[in-house]
Amino acid sequence: MKALRNYLDKIKPAFEKEGKLHAFRSLFDGFETFLFVPNATAKTGVHIHDAIDSKRIMSMVVIALMPALLFGMYNVGYQNAIASGLDASFMDMFIFGLLAVMPKILVSYIVGLGIEFAWAQWKNEEIQEGYLVSGILIPLIVPVNLPLWMLAIAVAFAVIIGKEIFGGTGMNIFNPALMARAFLFFAYPQKMTGDQAWIADSPIFGFGGQVPDGFSGATPLANLSDYTFSMDAVYGLIPGSIGETSVIAIAIGAVILLCTGIASWKTMISVFAGGIVMGLLFENLEMTPIHWYEHIALGGFCFGAVFMATDPVTSCRTECGKWIYGFLIGVVAIVVRVMNPGFPEGMMLAILLMNMFAPAIDYFVVDRNISKRMKRGGTK
Amino acid sequence: MANVIKLRKGLDIHLQGTAEETKLNLKSNGRFALVPDDFEGVVPKVVVREGDIVKAGDALFVNKLYPEVRFASPVSGKVTAVVRGERRKVLCVKVEADAEQQYVDYGKKDVSKMDGKAVVDALLEAGLFGYINQLPYAISTNPSVMPKAIFVSALRDKPLAGNFEFEVKGQEQDFQTGLTALSKIAKTYLGVGADSSLENMKDVEVNVFKGKCPAGNVGVQVNNVDPVNKGEVVWTIGDPTVVLFIGRLFNTGKLNLTRTVALCGSEVKKPCYADMLVGEELSTLLSNSYDADHSVRIINGNVLTGTVTTKDGFLGAHTSEITVIPEGDDNNEMLGWIMPRFGQFSVSRSYFSWLFGKKQYALDARVKGGERHMIMSGEYDKVLPMDIYGEYLIKAIIAGDIDKMEQLGIYEVAPEDFALAEFVDSSKLELQRIVREGLNNLRKENA
Repeated sequence: MKALRNYLDKIKPAFEKEGKLHAFRSLFDGFETFLFVPNATAKTGVHIHDAIDSKRIMSMVVIALMPALLFGMYNVGYQNAIASGLDASFMDMFIFGLLAVMPKILVSYIVGLGIEFAWAQWKNEEIQEGYLVSGILIPLIVPVNLPLWMLAIAVAFAVIIGKEIFGGTGMNIFNPALMARAFLFFAYPQKMTGDQAWIADSPIFGFGGQVPDGFSGATPLANLSDYTFSMDAVYGLIPGSIGETSVIAIAIGAVILLCTGIASWKTMISVFAGGIVMGLLFENLEMTPIHWYEHIALGGFCFGAVFMATDPVTSCRTECGKWIYGFLIGVVAIVVRVMNPGFPEGMMLAILLMNMFAPAIDYFVVDRNISKRMKRGGTK
Repeated sequence: MANVIKLRKGLDIHLQGTAEETKLNLKSNGRFALVPDDFEGVVPKVVVREGDIVKAGDALFVNKLYPEVRFASPVSGKVTAVVRGERRKVLCVKVEADAEQQYVDYGKKDVSKMDGKAVVDALLEAGLFGYINQLPYAISTNPSVMPKAIFVSALRDKPLAGNFEFEVKGQEQDFQTGLTALSKIAKTYLGVGADSSLENMKDVEVNVFKGKCPAGNVGVQVNNVDPVNKGEVVWTIGDPTVVLFIGRLFNTGKLNLTRTVALCGSEVKKPCYADMLVGEELSTLLSNSYDADHSVRIINGNVLTGTVTTKDGFLGAHTSEITVIPEGDDNNEMLGWIMPRFGQFSVSRSYFSWLFGKKQYALDARVKGGERHMIMSGEYDKVLPMDIYGEYLIKAIIAGDIDKMEQLGIYEVAPEDFALAEFVDSSKLELQRIVREGLNNLRKENA
């Protein structure tokens, strides 16, 4: 550890201004602060600081995503095995999934972090950690058959248009991961919907099997007439985006996020409340063939509620606003699913829509405080 | 019976090195200095020259905008230097104390028979008036506008803060006289903590604040009792020792700026108390009090709102404790984003300090992270027991939006109210500096 520190101190001057490697300063900074807690001390204000920082927060979210990611890998192999009729072992299925998913994670991180590093260098800022989370979220919310070049374009779009032009992590209006998904959804709909997108169809390095042409692997939500609910939807053994299928894996992530206090329980609960209320309503009006709990278990509802809606930057910032924001996400997601046959999955659009309205909700909440103060002062 | 006000928000940070309630006997080395920066918002005009002989109570400098507000020498002796910094800013006025102290005699007065104007005049004359602060702007006040109320907080609840209950013991009479004097100027509120010996003070409305830090902040108390509206002025005394100064002035006729200071912090070998005069050099207090083999940070005040000083620094006008903590710049912690870090305190449960209850920590001065935009929401509001949306106020200040600042209640806050928010902030924004700049801009705008 000491040797590493000494080595970093030795090469540091090259990255400073007028050093040979100054063009890579942001990269060096990023790695240095990743390895060692920065030991800059307080210049103004308080002399002691809480040990929390944005690196720790983002790391916790990534950890919370691990169960969904690992299960997603397994499910990719499992779906392939079923579709190809292969009799594969657990490890075979997992390794197939790993090989299918890993390239997406790599592309997402390399493209996304590459842009972040370049941007930080250009703006002469520190690297922001936001992409650590987005970079793993994006592969988890796309179909396994998505070509890597499409993923790369979507990541670039999300990072540049979704985040950096607003000023970086903390200033963006829309959730960057969902921006990537929305971009793919509208630019390449044939790769994001239908019955060919969700099941990896050919072997990789000898793992997995060849899925016969014409095998239909539609998600349950896209194919409701043929669907009967089973516990597989809770376990996650159904076709869908890589990380969204398993309610149990997502629930483990939710527990991590809530215990560490990083995600707002208010937002999370109210998304479910909104979804359940709307699901019950439609069920009783007989506008949807499935039960309310199926709406919650299927598709990206849980994943969105736990990992997307609770993004502190794009959600409401006031405590009262969080209740309203979450509830409306749940409501809108089910409304989109039920009322518009073109969109079997409503969570992405619901969250993006409410991202847009979050500042407005906060505005009214804060305005109540303002008008109270104005009234008290007797001025207008 | 006093009102009890319960505050649910806040945070008590438990640090190592609480001062034991015993007093050191210090022998002054005779070096004193009064620092204008201790009086926020005062542009000083020095009224003495090097070599002048002053008595305790003679003015060293005055407020340029309100020359009647004088700042008096704590001791009698010879003015040895007027130290100036960049752009001739006055850093301090140094006085070498005589062996035999001489005081300006202002005459004993019976405060119960005085009116408000007489009290203000007496405070101005003795150079004590500038020790009173005001809201809005959280600055040293001026006599041009009389306040709608005066708030005194006798509750010091910041980490390791000197206990005022200990300091006031034996001086209750002076404290009462000071409060009575203030009550002649305007309605006076006294905020105390739970089980305080000061609950029965007369001539003032006593409020008992039960809750975590920053319940002792006078700004928090104002906000919860009678918030400041635009156009109103409230005088605040967040440092209750000032009331003792005032009481002694009327009871003895002399300016006596003695205060009890806690020497505390994890680096201090034997944390304890000592009686010192405002402006006294710290070297007598600090000599041999800590190990000098690694870098330490000496703070004039507490870890939340104090200022960095050195061994040759001078006791601040409102300083009730001198805190010594490790600087921490020699500490290279690896992979902090994932390690358990049991020695660190955090409000976040991604660390484990929530499991250890009241364990005391030895925190150093590292920021422990890079500055970011505001990412997490609701962090500030958990430690800000005021009816104010902290994040939105900070954003309005950063954006320089004067109307929004006013609407969101900037007149009700002092930088110290945001100290805990600055501590917990995962984005490591310098909130107290931001609030101070916002207040200064607003003051210029409204001048």
